Amino acid sequence: MIEMSGLSYAAGGKAILHDITARLPEGRLTVLVGPNGAGKSTLLALLGRHLAPGGGVIRFGGRPLEDWPRAELARALTILRQATRITPRLTVADLVAFGRYPHGQGRLTPEDRKIAAACLDRMALTDLRDRQLDTLSGGQQQRALIAMVLAQDTGTLLMDEPLNNLDLAHARRVMQVLRERAAAGRTVVAVLHDLTVAARYADHVLALRDGRVMAEGPPDAVFTPARLAQLYDAEIEVHQIGGRPVILPI
Amino acid sequence: MPSRALILAGAAYAASALAFLTLGARGDWGFLLLFRGEKLLALSTVGAAVALSTLVFQTITGNRILTPAIMGFDALYVMIQTALVFLLGGVGFASLGALPVFALETALMVAAATGLFTFVMGRGDDMNRLVLTGIVFGILLRSLSALMARMIDPSEYAYVQAASYARFTNVDGDLLWIAVAVVLAVGALVLAQARRLDVLALGRATALTLGVAHERAARRLMWLVTLLVAVSTALVGPIVFFGLLVSAVTYQIAGTWRHAVLLPLSALIAAALLVASQTLFERVLSLQSSVFVVIEALGGLVFLYLVLRRTPR
Repeated sequence: MIEMSGLSYAAGGKAILHDITARLPEGRLTVLVGPNGAGKSTLLALLGRHLAPGGGVIRFGGRPLEDWPRAELARALTILRQATRITPRLTVADLVAFGRYPHGQGRLTPEDRKIAAACLDRMALTDLRDRQLDTLSGGQQQRALIAMVLAQDTGTLLMDEPLNNLDLAHARRVMQVLRERAAAGRTVVAVLHDLTVAARYADHVLALRDGRVMAEGPPDAVFTPARLAQLYDAEIEVHQIGGRPVILPI
Repeated sequence: MPSRALILAGAAYAASALAFLTLGARGDWGFLLLFRGEKLLALSTVGAAVALSTLVFQTITGNRILTPAIMGFDALYVMIQTALVFLLGGVGFASLGALPVFALETALMVAAATGLFTFVMGRGDDMNRLVLTGIVFGILLRSLSALMARMIDPSEYAYVQAASYARFTNVDGDLLWIAVAVVLAVGALVLAQARRLDVLALGRATALTLGVAHERAARRLMWLVTLLVAVSTALVGPIVFFGLLVSAVTYQIAGTWRHAVLLPLSALIAAALLVASQTLFERVLSLQSSVFVVIEALGGLVFLYLVLRRTPR
């Protein structure tokens, strides 16, 4: 469980987030949506303690986030960020094994290897396990990074645009994994731009614009043409096809 | 095979050390081995210090064409030399004991680097800002040195010039043992951080995700880098491009990203390169000038190659 209260953040004299108050419950997949520059990635970075808030409080697991020792936090919470450096000669299997670093400080046990192998398999990377990362496509690298984050095996997963560079099949695979993790009682938060995917998989939606929460609730309540028009400054249609919402700009 | 690379580098170092100690040796072997042994130790110590400091610096900054010299260390060293000659005169400078000058230089360099890290990192983790500040800091120090040099008597400026080039001809014995102790201690500390360096190499975001307090770890490692550079610079003078040459060779032959291999391998390569070059220079070519003139030129060419290779095609 993550709780935010009066959260704000500014960079270079410009306010990015204003007075965000929200709860991200366990056992649910929460999706953050909003236009570019709304503050979604910044909010996720604050929740992962990659940035320090300018004001307000974040409570994680019942205590202030800043009270968590960094190593202990990495065993309870993981975050997929958009900025990752690719070390030359690092293979896919090496990167995924790094996900176990918080548990053994780099000394892999048989259990660690088993978990890493399962995550490789879950992301359909077993055939690529010995390939160097800098020889892979953007989508394959993204899957390897997701597998690393999954290998951390934390109770909370924060995913910043996990579907970047992924084709339809792999995007579906990632969303299914996130759903499974939420169903297993974990807190899952993802930033998504594809609203149809968000509507299909989310339990809860947090819509941000200009650093403020504009709407919050179940997908059906947030993804209405009127609210989406207000959120994106664009006319957007919401269709029901086979009982599922499909959201398209006009 | 990483282990094979280590064995080969170790063998290359042993062969070059043996050649350095024995080639062209005549007379009393006891004296000869002691005399040449001290020089071998100086070459090996400086090689290890330059290699380790460069490799760790490159991992923290995430840039394989940067060296600690970019932070203005060589410029600070030259400025200290110039200021001492400016304040004390050539004779006064020459009469100073080697140990006090060594201690002063090390203390000033560590203090300057600490100030730089505190100033820059206190405003958030920004390695680009740190490096840019270092470059500007270096330009400022070079300007100050040039200003003082213009005010020094031309005959006394010769003392500054003599102290401003890397040399192994006049290494003080007491200083050498202090340098050996510092490099061994810092080398052990750096090696103990090998796994953490592997994580830091993945960048700040991934390091934080994996539970490594990036800012704190980077600051501590930068302290160790500072100490290594300060010791080697104070011992033999400024070395700018040699570290780059060593790290480029290390990455090329290591075949791994693991710092547990990269660190000792780079130290062995640096020591082997220095000792082999000095043997060639002194024993085969019978040249008396410092081998660093050639090695630095070679390192400069490697730098240009690395920069040009990265140009978008």
